[in-house]
Amino acid sequence: MTTHDDHSHLSDVELRVRSLESLLTEKGLVDPATLDAIVDRYENKVGPRNGSRVVARAWVDPDFKKRLLEDASAAIDSLGYTSTQGVDMRVLENTARIHNVTVCTLCSCYPWAVLGLPPAWYKSFPYRSRVVKDPRGVLREFGLDLGSDIEVRVWDSTAELRYIVLPERPEGTQGLSESELADLVTRNSMIGTEKAASPQNGDS
Amino acid sequence: MDGIHDMGGMDGFGPIPIEQNEPVFHADWEGRLYAINSVTGAWGRWNIDAGRACMERLAPAVYLQSPYYHRWLYRMENLLVERDMVTRAELDTGKAAGAPVEPLATEEVFERLRASRSARVDDSVAPKFKVGDTVLVRNIHPKGHTRTPRYARGRRGVIDRDHGVFIFPDTHAEFKGEAPQHLYSVRFTARELWGPDAAESDTVYLDMWDDYLEAC
Repeated sequence: MTTHDDHSHLSDVELRVRSLESLLTEKGLVDPATLDAIVDRYENKVGPRNGSRVVARAWVDPDFKKRLLEDASAAIDSLGYTSTQGVDMRVLENTARIHNVTVCTLCSCYPWAVLGLPPAWYKSFPYRSRVVKDPRGVLREFGLDLGSDIEVRVWDSTAELRYIVLPERPEGTQGLSESELADLVTRNSMIGTEKAASPQNGDS
Repeated sequence: MDGIHDMGGMDGFGPIPIEQNEPVFHADWEGRLYAINSVTGAWGRWNIDAGRACMERLAPAVYLQSPYYHRWLYRMENLLVERDMVTRAELDTGKAAGAPVEPLATEEVFERLRASRSARVDDSVAPKFKVGDTVLVRNIHPKGHTRTPRYARGRRGVIDRDHGVFIFPDTHAEFKGEAPQHLYSVRFTARELWGPDAAESDTVYLDMWDDYLEAC
């Protein structure tokens, strides 16, 4: 059989997962209440908002930014994000001349402790295969067209180091609070496939 | 192993599937499976490297044809059987054989997951290289798990940072010890990896262990 009806394929897998949960529960290897807690954690507690706050703090606090670039794990811990405990993190600073973008070509390593679970495109074959070889082409698909005067640095997460990009602070944001700045820090800007958002025209 | 998972540099997969307003899980079963993976992992019968190695052993055609969490399911079933947590017969029938064990408490699961996150070890091991050294990635093709992608093998790079001492995944994945050694961030020019058509200014950074590298 070479083709599958999407619906029946999905149902087959769904049934297998249900059967697996039931078997493992019967054996005492999982407790459904623990499964609920883990799903809740990712759906409601850990997500890119944590990373946005770290970036916004770095934009307003030069001393924090320095510590973040030197020892990201300690600096992020100092903000009280316990989800990052024990994770070896590194923060990569974008500048007018350097653009960083992250990937895991071998599987789907991602700084989930700070950004939550990765988007499907990050785990996709097109992204994993191509961004190391044609980063500029991939970034254009995200709407980011970088000039030849900019060095593109691709970081392939081959070890237990987790990378987040510190995007450039957008122009015209001098009057914004740290919380308003955090609203501009998109998930993709911390992966490196786009820049931080610009403040809405006319907002003040 | 030179498996299908080692995708860096391959062509033909099409455009990036960018989805707006994406949910964390696209169906309830994906979340259940994600959590089952975490909880069964907390029993400590395998480590992250062994888990990756198990994914890499999926047949290439299955790997390519299966969506992300479908691959997780196949990996999960294989891991549970290989590590003697369930039998193939139990998976096939959905019925448990033998007496149940006492489940881990939720907080215990979270604590064990926290404790297993870092692969950094305190062992005092001398580095083979220092920042600024030019290194050659060894042209190795191990049958088992490795984190050295094909596209970097035989290429020259420069040590950019010494991360310290880390567990070596190639031995750890096969339960043959941690073989602690230095891990470095190694910088390669895009042209060294991809030839003259790559942008002159661009670079690729990989994390590489001592055993993947030789002096040149």
